[in-house]
Amino acid sequence: MASVAAIPINRISAKPGQVAAVALIALFLAVFLVIPAGTVIYTAFTEKGTGALTIVNFLDFFRTKLFQQSFFNSVYVSAMSVVWGTLIALPLAVLTTRFEFRGSLLIQTLGFIPLIMPPFVGAVAMQLLFGRNGTVNLLLNDWFGFRIPFMEGLNGVIFVQSLHYFPFILINLSTSLRNIDRSMEEAAQNLGSSGFRLFRRIVFPLAMPGYLAGASLVFVKVFDDLATPLLLNVKDMLAPQAYLRVTSVGLTDPMGYVISVILIVVSIFAMWLSAVAMRGKDYSTVQRGGGGLSKRPLSRGEAVLAYGVVGLILLLVLSPHIGLLLLSLATVWSFSPLPDGFTVAHYTRVFGESSLYIKNTLIYASLAGLIDVIVGGAIAYLVLRTKVIGRHWLDWAATAALAIPGVVLGIGYLRTFYGISLPDGTPLATLWVMVVMALAIRRLPYALRACYAALQQVSQSLEEAAENLGATKQCTIRRIVLPLMTGGLLAGFVTSFSTAAVELSATLMLIQSNSDAPIAYGLYVFMQSPAGRGPGAALGVIAVIMVAACTLLSHYVVERRQKTLGMNK
Amino acid sequence: MLKTIAAAMLISAAAIVAAHAEEGGKVTIVTSFSKDVTDPFKAGFEAANPGYTLDVQNKSTSSGVKYVDETKGNNQTDLFWASAPDAFDSLKSRKLLTKFKPSVTGLPEKVGSYPVNDPDGFYFGFAASGYGIMSNDRYLEANEIPKPAEWGDLTKPQYYDHVAIAAPSRSGTTHLTIETILQGEGWDKGWGTLKGIGGNLQQVTERSFGVPDAVNSGQTGIGIVIDFFAFSAQASGFPVSFAYPSVTTVVPANVGIVANAPNQKGAEAFVNYLLSEKGQTVLLEPTIRRLPINPALYEKAPEGFPNPFKDQRFQSMITFDADVSKKRTDVVDTLFDQLISFQLDKLKGATKAIHAAEEALAKSDNAEARGLLQEARSLIAAMPITAEQAASQEIRDAFTGGEQKTARQAELEQQWAAFAAEKYAAAQTKAEAALGLID
Repeated sequence: MASVAAIPINRISAKPGQVAAVALIALFLAVFLVIPAGTVIYTAFTEKGTGALTIVNFLDFFRTKLFQQSFFNSVYVSAMSVVWGTLIALPLAVLTTRFEFRGSLLIQTLGFIPLIMPPFVGAVAMQLLFGRNGTVNLLLNDWFGFRIPFMEGLNGVIFVQSLHYFPFILINLSTSLRNIDRSMEEAAQNLGSSGFRLFRRIVFPLAMPGYLAGASLVFVKVFDDLATPLLLNVKDMLAPQAYLRVTSVGLTDPMGYVISVILIVVSIFAMWLSAVAMRGKDYSTVQRGGGGLSKRPLSRGEAVLAYGVVGLILLLVLSPHIGLLLLSLATVWSFSPLPDGFTVAHYTRVFGESSLYIKNTLIYASLAGLIDVIVGGAIAYLVLRTKVIGRHWLDWAATAALAIPGVVLGIGYLRTFYGISLPDGTPLATLWVMVVMALAIRRLPYALRACYAALQQVSQSLEEAAENLGATKQCTIRRIVLPLMTGGLLAGFVTSFSTAAVELSATLMLIQSNSDAPIAYGLYVFMQSPAGRGPGAALGVIAVIMVAACTLLSHYVVERRQKTLGMNK
Repeated sequence: MLKTIAAAMLISAAAIVAAHAEEGGKVTIVTSFSKDVTDPFKAGFEAANPGYTLDVQNKSTSSGVKYVDETKGNNQTDLFWASAPDAFDSLKSRKLLTKFKPSVTGLPEKVGSYPVNDPDGFYFGFAASGYGIMSNDRYLEANEIPKPAEWGDLTKPQYYDHVAIAAPSRSGTTHLTIETILQGEGWDKGWGTLKGIGGNLQQVTERSFGVPDAVNSGQTGIGIVIDFFAFSAQASGFPVSFAYPSVTTVVPANVGIVANAPNQKGAEAFVNYLLSEKGQTVLLEPTIRRLPINPALYEKAPEGFPNPFKDQRFQSMITFDADVSKKRTDVVDTLFDQLISFQLDKLKGATKAIHAAEEALAKSDNAEARGLLQEARSLIAAMPITAEQAASQEIRDAFTGGEQKTARQAELEQQWAAFAAEKYAAAQTKAEAALGLID
């Protein structure tokens, strides 16, 4: 990493260096995000037929009742998803970081798995469990004669989105909690504060950067997500409206692109708002490496309660994956609480092909995660530590990637890179590297938020101290800043990596041959026929296990590292 | 962490070296068909034509059309292979297909009343598909409702909240179903039926396969689908049934050679294989179960397999007028979206109120209530535009941005949506008033 990371970081050492870093990142974002997306989205500003520039499409947007309603629904669903996501994530984060809790590592990993929801199969599994005639409702109806509409309307969207995206809050909040200086808590305790008051007044505010990073991501992600509303057949939200209009056969409808522009503006606005909330507050702590907050043992009664709560939450958030596992082992599962029979035939069917898919997925997702951490870390540093002109624009441009539908980016890549031929005559867009770039761009906002939060918690006085002692800027970054940010960088890498591993919408446009296909594409080709449901689910299980194993490994590495740091001190 | 990252980079470096090695007679095909369909054809084609390999690229029909269009400057695709004839029409009109005359002869020119091949030779039917009603047996039994047989059945109160359909703007095959009903029953009566079904819908999915998926898993009881979705589900063991209503049509699923195909010979070989007896036999595999275009093959078909060339019910099917359909495609799709998909809650609310009043009316008759109910029904059936307007140049230009437009698409959409919302709300009020009179 050092060799790659050194490129942008070297240049920060002096003022011209900072400018060069900005220019370099700007070039990266321009080539792989702004220009490709721009070639598609500019349609929003043109008149249909003539192609003349106009803003009439935006006027039409605000005049149309359906879009007004969709806008309101999207805001409502996003806000409520943040609330419910917080309610799920908070107990998990606090219990695993503040208490001596067995299996913290396992919970941190399991609590993260919901993010890895493979396309299509995840949806089918959810319906089979929570749908109108899913397991839960069939049993409820048999026993008590009523059903609960988990998966219907806006509330259904909120339910699924909170289950799906709360890990953003969990990951960032846990990282923040681990980084809090123990002496703060001890000082408060010495002054007589304890219990919930201590948490509310001292601990939670200190973890604010992580919480806000997670919460703003959840808000924007839910706002821009189209898969879940479409799976629940909710169409009066903005992202599905954009998608439905962009991907219909035949004519180009400018409204789809108008909505995309609106999505981008709102996403950036939300991120800006969360930045404003943090402005003028200092969350950094000087003392580091003590292994974070002191961990308190639980009394027997507390332990029972805590394990109960954690168990229930995990059961709920992992239920889609339990459903997925059942589906992958099922013969036929139709209108019944459990499958008719079980078989391992689906696994044998996908076994031969899956190794290729797994290899491709690991390569694409890890490269994308790596690019994201490097670019995200550099942007965070430029924004928080320098005053270079244009640094905020980098932040906003990278954030805008959240709001660009994958299919728009995919078409943009075809338009921008298909005309460029490689020496052997094949178009540049067909090279698998393009898939990696598309994934990196789509997942950059996740890593960026994590890097941001991590750097906000590093006190600038540590860097100043290092520089006073004669260290160069470059040396300070390498020896002081990067080590202290490790947790956050890793959180960013893991989020980018694991979500890139199951991304489909942009890849579907760019994959040119089966030998380059990642696992999400493999899933897609199975999930179009009745007989393919089982094998598709089996591939989904393989994907989840693969990504979870990588996550567990990286958590393990960080945990061990933090321990050794603590001991050295 | 550094180690982890270094390991990742090593893996990727190794992959860069390993990537891309194959070459030869590669035939690239963009298709919307699932692996269960493409795998047997790939195996059969490569066995029958040694030296060729078939490279299958799965994309949804709409992404496929966009993909071929966006990449035409440096085309790498040999063939396009999908169900919906309108996608091929779209490709043809953008000059993205090339003419070809298959060597296979003796195939019928029409299936039902639909021409098998493009009259200009740009694309060819290789299988027939009929539209109909698929239902989940367990679901129907648990809810104690009978199997529906006709489109009209789906408007009955007992099917309220039990039906699913794909949005015609998203699914070319559903669009043809809608158009078939409109042509078979006429514009006003047809929309009446569609809105009647609309009031009973549980969901409008955004992919064609979403409907059979929901029926297979029992999330919904009844779906409007193409026949092979039901047949292949039956072959996989799902408890589902299928019925062809009397107003339906059989249309071909197609294959076409993309203009400037890098492997023209290979593309031609594949089309010829697909139409040959060997290729046609593959259609009968349990995971595929599509109706072959070669009448001779039905002798090999399993018991109870429909035969569109012999069975009486297919002969009486309506003539599908492709020209009429083409002229109003965008209008029909947008009307369905604005009047049904996006107004589903209001339409269902009004429909439920009408059903309740009807039930009460059956028990004790009341002339005034009957009148109100009739008004409510005609409010729901009311259309913002006539069949003539739908095909008129002004409205078509609103969708294409042509010169004769009098309004923009977005304005029309808002007008139609407002029209429907108002009528449905009024219908609900009338129906509730009718119910109030009876009590």
